[in-house]
Amino acid sequence: MRETEYETVIGLEVHVELATKSKIFCGCSTAFGAAPNTQVCPVCAGLPGALPVLNRRVVELAMAVGLAAHCHIGRVCRFDRKNYFYPDNPQNYQISQLYLPICRNGSLSIDTPAGEKQIRIHEIHMEEDAGKLIHDEWSDCSLVDYNRSGVPLIEIVSEPDLRNAEEVIAYLERLRLLIRYLGASDCRLQEGSMRADVNLSVREAGSRSLGTRTEMKNLNSFKAIAHAIEGERRRQIERLREGKSVVQETRRWDDNKEASFSMRSKEDAKDYRYFPDPDLPPVFIDEEWISRVRARLPEFQPEKQKRYQEQYGLSAEDSRILTESRRLAELFEETARLSGLPQKAANWLTGETGRLLKERGREADSLSFSPEHLAALIGLLESGRINRNTARLAFARMFDDDTDPLAYVTEHGLLTERDDSALEEAVRAALEENPGPAAQYREGKTKAFGFLMGQVMRKMDKKADPGHVRRLLEEML
Amino acid sequence: MKITDLTALELGRRIRGRELSVREALEAVLKQIHENETRIHAYITLADETALFARADRIQKAIDEGSLTGPLAGVPAAVKDNICTEGMATTCGSRILSGFVPPYQATAAARLEKAGVLLLGKTNMDEFAMGSTTETSWFGPTKNPWDESRVPGGSSGGSCAAVAAGEAFFALGSDTGGSIRQPASFCGVTGIKPTYGTVSRYGLIAYGSSLDQIGPVARDTADCAAVLDVIAGYDPKDSTSVRRSDPGSFTSCAASAAGLRIGIPDDYLGKGLDPEVKDAVLAAAESLQEQGAQVRFFSLGLVRYAIPAYYVIACAEASSNLARFDGVKYGFRAERYEGLHGMYKESRSQGFGSEVKRRILLGSFVLSSGYYDAYYLKALRVKAQIRKAFDEAFRSFDLVLGPAAPAAAPRLGESLSDPLRMYLGDIYTVAANLAGLPGLCLPCGKTKEGLPIGVQLMADRFQEAKLFGAARAYEQVRGTFPMPGGKKEKEAAR
Repeated sequence: MRETEYETVIGLEVHVELATKSKIFCGCSTAFGAAPNTQVCPVCAGLPGALPVLNRRVVELAMAVGLAAHCHIGRVCRFDRKNYFYPDNPQNYQISQLYLPICRNGSLSIDTPAGEKQIRIHEIHMEEDAGKLIHDEWSDCSLVDYNRSGVPLIEIVSEPDLRNAEEVIAYLERLRLLIRYLGASDCRLQEGSMRADVNLSVREAGSRSLGTRTEMKNLNSFKAIAHAIEGERRRQIERLREGKSVVQETRRWDDNKEASFSMRSKEDAKDYRYFPDPDLPPVFIDEEWISRVRARLPEFQPEKQKRYQEQYGLSAEDSRILTESRRLAELFEETARLSGLPQKAANWLTGETGRLLKERGREADSLSFSPEHLAALIGLLESGRINRNTARLAFARMFDDDTDPLAYVTEHGLLTERDDSALEEAVRAALEENPGPAAQYREGKTKAFGFLMGQVMRKMDKKADPGHVRRLLEEML
Repeated sequence: MKITDLTALELGRRIRGRELSVREALEAVLKQIHENETRIHAYITLADETALFARADRIQKAIDEGSLTGPLAGVPAAVKDNICTEGMATTCGSRILSGFVPPYQATAAARLEKAGVLLLGKTNMDEFAMGSTTETSWFGPTKNPWDESRVPGGSSGGSCAAVAAGEAFFALGSDTGGSIRQPASFCGVTGIKPTYGTVSRYGLIAYGSSLDQIGPVARDTADCAAVLDVIAGYDPKDSTSVRRSDPGSFTSCAASAAGLRIGIPDDYLGKGLDPEVKDAVLAAAESLQEQGAQVRFFSLGLVRYAIPAYYVIACAEASSNLARFDGVKYGFRAERYEGLHGMYKESRSQGFGSEVKRRILLGSFVLSSGYYDAYYLKALRVKAQIRKAFDEAFRSFDLVLGPAAPAAAPRLGESLSDPLRMYLGDIYTVAANLAGLPGLCLPCGKTKEGLPIGVQLMADRFQEAKLFGAARAYEQVRGTFPMPGGKKEKEAAR
C-alpha cells in the first residue's frame, strides 16, 4: 500500500522590536542593556493613574513596513487591550491592536527553486513589549525588569502560504532585509529584536482544507526555525499515520533538546477579553501622512540589485552581495561615484570586506569606514602609487577604524618608488646579474619573466609599482 | 461668622486683602477637622500639620511678594483619594492599595498646588469609586454632616462631607456615573462634572476610563467655577484631554437665566422619584422661569437603558483597569499564598471588597468571548443612542434640568443590602457620563426631615458657562444655602 503524501502548511507571526528612541506610550529610553528598572516611569511601570500617550514615530515605522510590504493602510486604526495576568506585564493587560490593525492585505515575494513566490501578509499591528522576568534560583525568587516594558513592537502576520523551512527562511530574510533597509529595527533573532512564531499544520497532498495547526514559540535562530519545522512536520505526520489527531496547542521549542514541548492546549487557551483601550483615541491616518511616509521609503533590495546590474554592469552575484545591507549599498554607490570605478569598488566591498566581516564577526550594517577613504585607496592602487599588498594592509586599517589610507601609507613609507631612474637602474642591474633568464625570456620562455620581476622588486625593497616594473622590464628586454 | 463658613473665593479675597493670614485659615480648618472628623470621617489621610504650616508660610510669602495672585491662593482644600498625590498615600478606599505612596502628582492636584492651594488630605470614597454611599470604603463609611445616621452619598462622599462640614473650603471629586453630583445633592453642596476631556485624568486612578472626570465640590457655584478654571485645560499626558479655550473664564460667568431654554425630561419625574425631591426640583425650575427662562417638559427617551449600558461599560473597563492590582508591584500582598497564581488569588481576594469584586466579575463576563457582542458592543450602541438623544434635546434646549438622585440621603446600611436598587439610584446621573456632558448639582431645598435636596443642570458638551450662568442666577434668588448644624439644627427643626 502506498503511504499518503503530506503537504506542510505554515504561517508566521513575526514580532519586530522597533528602533525608536523612546517607548511606544511614554518618553522612557529604549536603549538596550541599562541597569534593571532604570528606564521606567509611572506609565511603563503600570502605576495607577498613569496614562499612555502614543509615540507617533511608531505609527510611521509601522506604516513604512506596511507600505514596503504592499499593505493597505487603514484610515483609522485603534488600540485594544489584551487582558492576561503575568508579572512581566505591569498592567496585566497588553496594549495591542485586534479589531483595527494599522496594515492589512500585503505581500512579499521570495525566491524559491520553482521561481518567485508571493507570500500574502494578513496584517501588521502595533503593540507594546513586556518586561523581563529573571528567576533567581539562588535566593529562590523572581525579579522583574521593566526596562523593556513598553518598547514598541510590530507583529507581522502572514497567511498560511509557506510550505517548507526554506521558504520560511527566505521569507524571514526578505522581511529582515526590508525592515533593516527602513532602519526600523536591527532584527536580531538571538537578541530578541525579531521573534518568529511558527503556525504549522499538515494535510494530505492535494487537499484544499487546512489541518489542525500548532503554534511553535521560542525560536531564536534560523537554524532553530528550520529544525523546529522539520521536527513538527514529522511529529504531526506520525500522529496522523498512527490514526491519532493533531491537538491544537502552543508548543515551546527547546534548542538544547532539539525538541518541542506542549505549553498549553486550546482547551486552556486564554480568553484575552480584548476591548478598545479607552485611554487611547483612534489614530486617524490621512492620505497626506501616508504620502509623506511613502516619499521617504528607500529603494529596496530587489530594485537596487537590478539597477546595479544595469547601471554599473556588475554581475548578479556582486549586486546581490552589495545590496544585502543598506549600509554596504550606500558605501558602494558613494565609492563608485567618488572613484569613477564601480567594478573596483564592488571588488573591495564584496571580497576583502566580506572576508574581514567574517573574520571580525561583524555585520555589514556596522561598517563604519567612509567611502572617501575607500575611493582614495582605489585611486592609490590604480595609479600605481601603492601595490596590492600595501592596499590590503591599508584597507584593513581603514576597515577597523576608518584610517585615511594615504596618511597610513605615507606614514609607513609604503608609497611605491616613483623615481624612474632608480627603477631603471634596478632593472638594468637585474638583467646584468641574470643574463641566463634574460636570454631564456628572449627565446620565448615567458616563465623567466616572473623571476626577473621578483629580482627587480627585491632591489626596490618591494616599494615599486608592479605594473610599472613590468612595462619597464618588457621595454628593456 | 466663622472663618470656615466662608466660601473659598471670599477666603481668598480676605487673604489677599490682608484681613486674614494663610496660617489663620489653616488653623481654622484644622480646628474644624479636629472637632468633626471623629464623627464625620471625611478623610482617609490627613497631611502632616507641620508640613502644612510650613507650606502656608511659603504661600503667604509668595502672596506678600505678589508672585501668587490667584483667587484660590492660600485656600485649604481636600482631594479625593483616587487622585494621586506625590508623597501622600493614595488608597482609592481600598485595602489593596494600602501602603501605596505615589511617586508622582496627578495633573489636577499639581494645578491646584501651583495656584497656591493647601492640600489638607485625601477624602474617603467608595472603594475604587464603586458605590453610591461611601460605605464600601475599606476605611469605613463617612457620615452625612446633616444627619450622622445617614450616608453622604458616593462615591465622592468624603469630599462632599468635608465641604459640608467645614473641613475643607472645597474639594476635588471624581464622577463616573454621578459620583460628584449625587453626594453633592445629599450633602447640600455644589458639584460639577465637567465635559469629558476638560480636566486631565492623568493621576486619577481609573474606574471607567471613558466616563471618569475629575470635578470640583464647593459651597457654591462661583467657587466651583473658580476651581474648574484652575484644574481645567489640555494636558499632553492624557490622550483623551481636549483643547478648549474657555478654561480661565468660568469665574467671570455672570448670573443669567433670561432667555435660557430649559427642558425637563418627563422621564426623570416618573415612578421612583420621591415627591419631596420632585417638588423641590420643580420649584427650582419655576424660580429660573421667573427670572426669564423658558421651561418646557419633553421626552428624552432611552432613560431605562442608561443604567444597564452604564454598568456594562464601566464594569468592563474596570475589570481591566483594576487588573494591575495584583500584589506584585505595590500595595497589599497576602501574607500566605502558594505560587504565582496563589499570590494573585489571595492578594486580590483579600485586597478587594465585595462591591469591587462584583463589578470585576460583571465586567470580565461582558468582555469574555461569546458575550462581547451581546453585552459590551450593545452597551456601546446604547451609549451612542443616548448621546444622539441629548444632541437632539440640545437643539431645542440650552439646559436640561432634573433631580440628581431619586431621594435624599438614605440611612447607613440601607443601600448595600440591595445593590440593584442602589444601581438604579444612578438613573438621573449616568446619562451625562455616557454622553460626555457637563452636569452641575446644587442645593435647592430640604426635606421635612431637614435633609438637603439637589437639582441637576446638564448642558451640551463644552457649555459649562451656561451651567454656571443659570446656577448663579438661581442662587441669587435662593440665597446662601446653610451649612449643616448637625444635631442642633435637627433639634431646632423639630
